[in-house]
Amino acid sequence: MKLSALLTSAALALGLATAAAADDKTKVGFVYVGPVGDGGWTYEHNKGRLAVEEEFGDKVETVFVENVAEGPDSERVMTQMALDGADLIFTTSFGYMDPTINVAKKFPKVKFEHATGYKRADNVSTYSARFYEGRAIQGHIAGSMTESNIIGYIGSYPIPEVIRGINSAFIHARKVNPDVQFKIVWAYTWFDPAKEADAAKVLIEQGADVILQHTDSTAPQAAAQEAGNVITFGQASDMGQYAPHPRVSSIIDDWAPYYIARTKAVMDGTWESTDTWDGIGAGMVGIGEISDAVPAKVKEEALALKAALADGSYHAFTGPLNKQDGSAFLADGATADDGTLAGMNFYVEGIEGTIPQ
Amino acid sequence: MDLSAINPILFIAGFLVAATPLIFAAIGELVVEKSGVLNLGVEGMMITGAICGFATAVETGSPMLGFVAAAVGGAALSLLFAFLTQITLANQVASGLALTLFGLGLSALLGQSYVGIKPPRLGDINFGPLADIPVIGPILFTHDIILYLGIALVAGVWAVLKFTRAGLILRAVGESHDAAHALGYKVVRIRTLAIMFGGACAGIGGAYISLIRVPQWTEGMTAGVGWIALALVVFASWKPWRLLLGAYLFGGITQLQLNLQGAGVAIPVEYLAMSPYVITIIVLVILSADKSAAPASLGRTFHASH
Repeated sequence: MKLSALLTSAALALGLATAAAADDKTKVGFVYVGPVGDGGWTYEHNKGRLAVEEEFGDKVETVFVENVAEGPDSERVMTQMALDGADLIFTTSFGYMDPTINVAKKFPKVKFEHATGYKRADNVSTYSARFYEGRAIQGHIAGSMTESNIIGYIGSYPIPEVIRGINSAFIHARKVNPDVQFKIVWAYTWFDPAKEADAAKVLIEQGADVILQHTDSTAPQAAAQEAGNVITFGQASDMGQYAPHPRVSSIIDDWAPYYIARTKAVMDGTWESTDTWDGIGAGMVGIGEISDAVPAKVKEEALALKAALADGSYHAFTGPLNKQDGSAFLADGATADDGTLAGMNFYVEGIEGTIPQ
Repeated sequence: MDLSAINPILFIAGFLVAATPLIFAAIGELVVEKSGVLNLGVEGMMITGAICGFATAVETGSPMLGFVAAAVGGAALSLLFAFLTQITLANQVASGLALTLFGLGLSALLGQSYVGIKPPRLGDINFGPLADIPVIGPILFTHDIILYLGIALVAGVWAVLKFTRAGLILRAVGESHDAAHALGYKVVRIRTLAIMFGGACAGIGGAYISLIRVPQWTEGMTAGVGWIALALVVFASWKPWRLLLGAYLFGGITQLQLNLQGAGVAIPVEYLAMSPYVITIIVLVILSADKSAAPASLGRTFHASH
């Protein structure tokens, strides 16, 4: 009896020791919607992961799974990560929202961070960037530079994040060019280079000479380059290989500081469920270099707009603004609150077409 | 709504291009399946062809050499599948899935230094005065040689399967490998050749995406075309001309729905987005009402001792 008790406690102690040794390293998992080489969205998240590794060296171990379909399959991937001992898991696409919440319920000790969503729990934080601030700058440049007055927009899925971007770009394009029109095509994918290229080509054939994209690959850039006199903007990543033309500027997502801070919080035991939504000011949204293809005056205005957005003196959604149906959205001088922005499911006045429901 | 924004000539010319990768991948798989082998690795062979073709075209400056390399790359990868299923008698479904995963990984590795590079352009064939014919000229006579090769390949496969001794032997192997074996045909050798043909076609299809349709290299850029090709073979009842029709239907409706969206047509976008799949399936299912069945030995393992 005594012997067995002794053995048991020895085994237990040994087990604890091993567990403690393993716990030395904080394990951080990342779930990606596309391949790390997409040159856009996932590429930037992966850069954030590499920054975490560089910052903490041996103290951290990171794992990632790429090309994870949104929906039930992502639940399997997250569950596997949690079972493999991940302490912190970043799920980096909107469609992982419900799966993240479901898996988080099963693993209360594992911390989850869901990008671009709005559902939180005790162990689930959300984080996103105010991409719409960058879209305002894109809209300004696009509206100033278009000659056909037709701007093509490749949407991914009709979710608030994408609709916000369309509205923000449209408002600022109209401001400098009252004749501008948006042609919006929904690709129903985040990553499918052939389809994205087709969408860009169709928009160009229909007269667009500016292509804005909210999909993750650089295919629309290649299609625009092929067409010649069309300008584009890098999406999520700089896409600088297409500069100075067609890519005249870009929105760059910089996740590294956030990922490092959150990993640190898990290490220190100070992690709490939060909602982070940072923009140009905080550095989460970067504006890629505005190339020489942009007239100097437009570039100057764009940089002024960037500065105003960064220091908070100007909000991208400032009234007077109406909704598409003509009803009032914001009174003169009023700005949209975060709740309205987070759930935005309507076009502003002037955009044609309906949002798929 | 502004339908006049859609240029029918550019639209038709566009969908001929969009359908070409699908035609190559599907016609190759059709031959493979006619020989009684189910290779689910089309996606993997396509993406391998896409990077082999892209890399070669960039390094040599010749898109045609790129397509040759793509065919070689696709065929080489398919040899792995042939070895697993024909020599070691591994399960075809599992081997095919593994081939896709392997191809995706291998291509990502090979393609690391080719991200963001612009490939040399393959020029359109000069048809001289033919291209100046109104409407028909810009639709039919302003394409690159690979697109025409795709159509010729469909015709060639159809003719070989229907009229030649080689086609008869291939079909015999696919219908009853035991009977074909008893007659003295080398089942394993014939199937290996069919698998390599399928790999080469898939490789060219992949390279068509990376060299002409997009044109650039991005990891995972085939994004499921290989799976659509597999489905297309089945829905086309293993008949080459139906396969061509299905590919054009699919490519055409995909392009049409993008065009309609751009023109602001008031059909809900969800329906437009699913329409290529739904319409292609419906049309091919109706056509296949004539009870054409799958090759009888499809997916079954052959060993000479049986």
